[in-house]
Amino acid sequence: MRRRLELTLLLGPALLLFTGFVLVPIAVAAYYSLYDWQGFGALTDFVGLGNYWDVLGGAVFQGAVGHNLVIVVLSLVVQLPVSVAIALLLNRKLRGRAALRLIVFAPYVLSEATTAVIWLLILQPGGFVDQALTVLGLHGAIHQWLADPQVVLLTLFAVITWKYLGFGIILLLAGLQGIPRELLEAAALDGASSWQAVRRVVLPLLGPTIRIWIFLSVIGSLQVFDIVWIMTLGGPANASTTMATYLIDHGFKRYEFGYGSAVAVVLFIICFAFALVYQRFALRRDTEGAMG
Amino acid sequence: MRSIRLCAVVIAALLVAACGSSGTAGSGALTWWHNGTSDPLKSLWQSVADGYHAAHPDVTISIDPIQNEQFQTKVPLALQSDSPPGLYQQWGGGGEASQIKSGKVLDLTSSVSSWIGTLGKAAEGWQVDGKQYGVPFDLHVVGFWYRKDLFGKAQITTPPATMADFYTDIDKLRAAGVTPVAIGSKDRWPDAFYWDYFAVRECSTDVVKQSIKAQKLEDPCWRKAGDDLTALLARKPFQDGFLGTPAQQGAGSSAGMVANGQAAMELQGDWEPGTMAALTEDKDFASKLGWFPFPTIEGGAGDPGVTLGGGDGFSCTTVAPPSCPDFLKYIDGAEVQTKLAAAGIGLPVNPDAAGALKDPTLRQVFDFSRKATYIQTYLDIALPTNVGQALDDAIANFVAGKGTAASVAATVGQAATGDK
Repeated sequence: MRRRLELTLLLGPALLLFTGFVLVPIAVAAYYSLYDWQGFGALTDFVGLGNYWDVLGGAVFQGAVGHNLVIVVLSLVVQLPVSVAIALLLNRKLRGRAALRLIVFAPYVLSEATTAVIWLLILQPGGFVDQALTVLGLHGAIHQWLADPQVVLLTLFAVITWKYLGFGIILLLAGLQGIPRELLEAAALDGASSWQAVRRVVLPLLGPTIRIWIFLSVIGSLQVFDIVWIMTLGGPANASTTMATYLIDHGFKRYEFGYGSAVAVVLFIICFAFALVYQRFALRRDTEGAMG
Repeated sequence: MRSIRLCAVVIAALLVAACGSSGTAGSGALTWWHNGTSDPLKSLWQSVADGYHAAHPDVTISIDPIQNEQFQTKVPLALQSDSPPGLYQQWGGGGEASQIKSGKVLDLTSSVSSWIGTLGKAAEGWQVDGKQYGVPFDLHVVGFWYRKDLFGKAQITTPPATMADFYTDIDKLRAAGVTPVAIGSKDRWPDAFYWDYFAVRECSTDVVKQSIKAQKLEDPCWRKAGDDLTALLARKPFQDGFLGTPAQQGAGSSAGMVANGQAAMELQGDWEPGTMAALTEDKDFASKLGWFPFPTIEGGAGDPGVTLGGGDGFSCTTVAPPSCPDFLKYIDGAEVQTKLAAAGIGLPVNPDAAGALKDPTLRQVFDFSRKATYIQTYLDIALPTNVGQALDDAIANFVAGKGTAASVAATVGQAATGDK
């Protein structure tokens, strides 16, 4: 009896919030997504899975998924090695370490909107980046950063990297703190070079942290919105549309709320499926005990 | 098993809580949503509310200024809820027609019939099937704003009247080292101004009206609009990187470029000088600006007197106190209209206020709008919202090099029949 009371008291409020603000909205979105609905009046035009066929079959949405995947892959291939390298560097005893850590982490503290506005100014034609390249004699490297459909996605990725690199580094630094000194000393005594120590001792022990970073990075890349919306609105010609900007464009700008809900459900399923699969195969060992 | 029962209890409690709350309608207070988030409009609307309250002490007006772009998301949600605002900003056309389906927008037809006639043709844009669901408080007209100093530098003495003149002037400006035309293509809607104007120059007014009503742009003239746009783009009139340029935000925007003399002209609404004021240090920029209507096209079936435009207005909702329509009458009365015109906010809908337009260029735009044979509402507003936005997107893609003249025209019919 007492146990039941404890459960209700401790779990109740959280469960209430979770149900009200997560489960119910998901269920409502799934319900809306079955209708052709402009956001006004009763839901009368039942279309079944029609919205889903339109979403998945649409060239713009397919392009958006492709852009999200490009950001996912680039994050893993570019951000991860750079984060690990900088974290290893900042974990050593070196002059000005605290200041360097602060600098590296500073962009993460800015909101996405602030980041986007700062970079809009820096990247505008004839702006800071263009002038810096001119001074360096790299005139040929100047592009229309946000106006060229071939370049815009890479530009946005660079801005996203600028903002989120610090977060990965701090996460990895925390992971590095957890590696016992004795292990490295023992490796050194056994004659391991510093490279060997990093490869055979540090990186394996950093595994759980890296796996968590990958998880957060992939989910974040699939949902990227603010920076893209402020900097390009998904343009030019849908060259930087992501699933989330597509959702806003169709759900709100076009008043197609049923269709927008279908996009939201697809986005949710993609993220949820990734989370489940990743949890099952990659994170299982790391979270054993915690999840038991 | 126990946890399932717990969940059921929690969900049931939640549903009871959700159903228990209901909006309180019909109190004496009027909630007013408008887009005047900054001065001069913000304090002007406040003084209007205060003025009305002084004359009608039983009506209290509580103002909620909302950033322009947020109306797209807030209004549908509010109209779907039990507590929409009593009075909110309304742009008319297809968007208004969509909102009426909520059943919460008040039919003003009988309550404004005694005075709506003074606004002339302007009020028609806020009618749906002959019923007045909103009332405009200002008018907008789109045309070219140009720098007289830069035109002078390129030795252009009179603004172009035909597209042929326009192209000659572009070449002259280029030769003088001046960027001829600024455009904010990032925001997409400025692209649509060009296509819309080409369309009303190529299509007769009857064809435009019928096509919008049918939501099908099948007459060959619509495709010509795309061909005209192709011809314009081939002349490369715009600034470098124009696909990424915003229209109104920051000194690097298209409005900022003209305000700072970095480009010679821009196709924009009459709000342009007001937008520019915040984007330049040059206190004297307004005196350097001139205005000319969109050039005519040789052989086009459209009436050269047709102007592209729109306006801002308000709608009352069914929860508003009965005084709401009377407040709209007050806003469109000579007193408030004169204040609006004097503050440089749009062109007055009440002709009695025209004398208050201080800027001679704006006065020229106003006179032009009164002489226009027909004011065509921006096509994205005239069409239902989903169709209008699909058209804007197709035009923006076309400007960025994707799609054909035929596919842009076909977008409207496809979007209207549910194609996403």
